[in-house]
Amino acid sequence: MATLEIRDLHVSVEADGTDKQILTGVDLTIRAGETHAIMGPNGSGKSTLAYAIAGHPKYTITSGTVTLDGEDVLAMSVDERARAGVFLAMQYPVEVPGVSVSNFLRSAATAIRGEAPKLRLWVKEQKEAMSRLEMDPAFSERSVNEGFSGGEKKRHEILQLELLKPKIAVLDETDSGLDVDALRVVSEGVNRVREGGETGVLLITHYTRILNYIKPDFVHVFVRGRIAESGGAELADELEANGYAKYGVETAATPGRSLPTSPVLPGVVTTA
Amino acid sequence: MASSDSATAMQVALSTERDALKATGGVMDGAIATNVKPSTPRRPAGESPADVRPERLRSADPDAFGVPTGREEEWRFTPLARVKPLFDAVPGAAAGLDARIEGEQDGVSFGPVADGDPLLDGLPLPADLLSARAASAPGSTTALRIDKAAELTEAVVVNLTATGDAVLFGHLVIEVGEQARATVVLDHTGDARYVGKTSVLLGDGASLDLVSVQSWGETAVHSEHLAFQVGRDARLRSTQVTLGGSLVRVLETVDFTGPGGDVELRGVSFADDGQHLEHRLLVDHSVPKCRSRVTYKSALQGDQAHTVWIGDVLIRAAAEGTDTYELNRNLLLTPEARADSVPNLEIETGEIAGAGHASATGRFDDEQLFYLQARGIPADVARRMVVRGFFAEVVESIGVPALEERLMATIETELERAFS
Ligand SMILES: Nc1ncnc2c1ncn2[C@@H]1O[C@H](COP(=O)(O)OP(=O)(O)OP(=O)(O)O)[C@@H](O)[C@H]1O
Ligand SMILES: [Mg+2]
Repeated sequence: MATLEIRDLHVSVEADGTDKQILTGVDLTIRAGETHAIMGPNGSGKSTLAYAIAGHPKYTITSGTVTLDGEDVLAMSVDERARAGVFLAMQYPVEVPGVSVSNFLRSAATAIRGEAPKLRLWVKEQKEAMSRLEMDPAFSERSVNEGFSGGEKKRHEILQLELLKPKIAVLDETDSGLDVDALRVVSEGVNRVREGGETGVLLITHYTRILNYIKPDFVHVFVRGRIAESGGAELADELEANGYAKYGVETAATPGRSLPTSPVLPGVVTTA
Repeated sequence: MASSDSATAMQVALSTERDALKATGGVMDGAIATNVKPSTPRRPAGESPADVRPERLRSADPDAFGVPTGREEEWRFTPLARVKPLFDAVPGAAAGLDARIEGEQDGVSFGPVADGDPLLDGLPLPADLLSARAASAPGSTTALRIDKAAELTEAVVVNLTATGDAVLFGHLVIEVGEQARATVVLDHTGDARYVGKTSVLLGDGASLDLVSVQSWGETAVHSEHLAFQVGRDARLRSTQVTLGGSLVRVLETVDFTGPGGDVELRGVSFADDGQHLEHRLLVDHSVPKCRSRVTYKSALQGDQAHTVWIGDVLIRAAAEGTDTYELNRNLLLTPEARADSVPNLEIETGEIAGAGHASATGRFDDEQLFYLQARGIPADVARRMVVRGFFAEVVESIGVPALEERLMATIETELERAFS
């Protein structure tokens, strides 16, 4: 049974030449089969936690540890982490022009499984997974995320989750921007993976509505770069009713009402 | 977006710097709003455009052009020492490339053209000394003719090859008759020193896909003027694929002879260590209601790898309803490589349907690499996928499957070298 252990994690990001401390001591243990929800105001560092676990180069670990079944995750490269079983469904999935979804998925499956899946079986597997997520088969010939709607990008993330079957899945605001039908379809995808019992899920969200579909075992309140309180599913309802005031957050940041902060958009470095 | 209300002409000469873009007042992010109202008169009415920018001179007479010194706008990016042998050479009789066409098709003829043949009248004029010499060299002309209304089902492949130190001059005329439809591939191989002019005539309503592949060997030096003349309602899609050669410099010019022309100019190049690959475009919108789209991409790796892209688009006062957009993307795989990119849009009428451009030169997009790696794909494989994808967008829509496969395989080989 896989276990991800995060101990006293401090993370900074370089912004305008100075290091900005964002995570200030995160402690969290996620076991296969468990579902943890993280809720917290905008800018509290939820995505930073997700990226730090996945190994995004912009984020620097200043102290603390992350281990997967005792293995030092922080010593691994991004792709090694993924192959070790860590998966991140991104808040803002990246467009990769000219790389088709089918090529991308097969390359990912080949890397994660350690050998190329047999072509015939793979085509069937991918087709079935897409149809469960109500994705048009035409998506497989399109460039990765290019021109996808917000909802289509999220389905594509969950498609990868289902095909790659990670040990630990971090889902960063997978529910944001989804209409009711898409929310149901995407939640069912997550639940199919949960039912396998082999995956631990860390679900980052602003909204309790996804928790009606995906029942968390634990809810953590994330404030100013660390977990301020942990509890069961009932904690989400309390947040929904009372907001984050009790954690010293003065703004009217209330789950369900706050909008995500603007993303750092990817783009090419432009030189003169 | 732009909106000032007077006068007759506006010139927008843009660099890729944002400040420069803003300084022109009418431009944001390199895109120009539709219906730009001209602001400053650029020149008195009636003056020929060639008088304004000497580098736009067009003439069949080689003596009309001087030998470049390197200070000219059109030569300032080119390492002249490396093209000097081309200027020093004197065109001899019938010394072109070995040109052969693969297979036979109804409606297609191919062969030498006698000096004085009427076909040689009314061709788009050469734009520099070298192309003027190539076009006027005695016995240099070969013609590929596609009959009126012919609908070719197979691509016409012309193999152009030579090897050796002698400088060769050649003039190829491609005439696509009215309403004909054809795909033509020009495949350059060998280690030649070659000066070419290719004159392409599209009759009214004709449709041509022209693919020119520069698969030269490592030492080849190639200068080309590819001159398109596009008839009324004709459709052209030109794709330049430049992978080989020590120095390749291609100038593409487009002249429209009637309204309704639709032109797409695309190109990919992959410059290695020491390669200089230069593509210059001049799209001259002189008649109303024509459309042009330009998409050029290059990847560069290694010390002294250099690409140049110059995209000049001219929208003359008469060219109302013009719709144009150009895009140049350069991917620097290693830091020492250098890509120059200069889009240049000159607009003399406010009554256009659209005009804009974008240019970006940069390293790998870290976010793309992170995304692929976060799915377990190793860094080197991820990089290869990104570059492959960068080119595939153009190459995989050429429409000649065997050629697409061969080119992607060549690109794959270059990538092996880059990431080994
Ligand atoms: N790459 C970056 N460069 C500069 N600042 C960053 C970067 N990434 C995060 N930050 C800053 O770190 C803080 C935490 O951001 P993070 O995205 O982790 O918050 P979040 O909890 O996910 O917010 P949201 O709910 O809006 O998604 C913010 O103040 C943000 O501006
Ligand atoms: Mg976030």
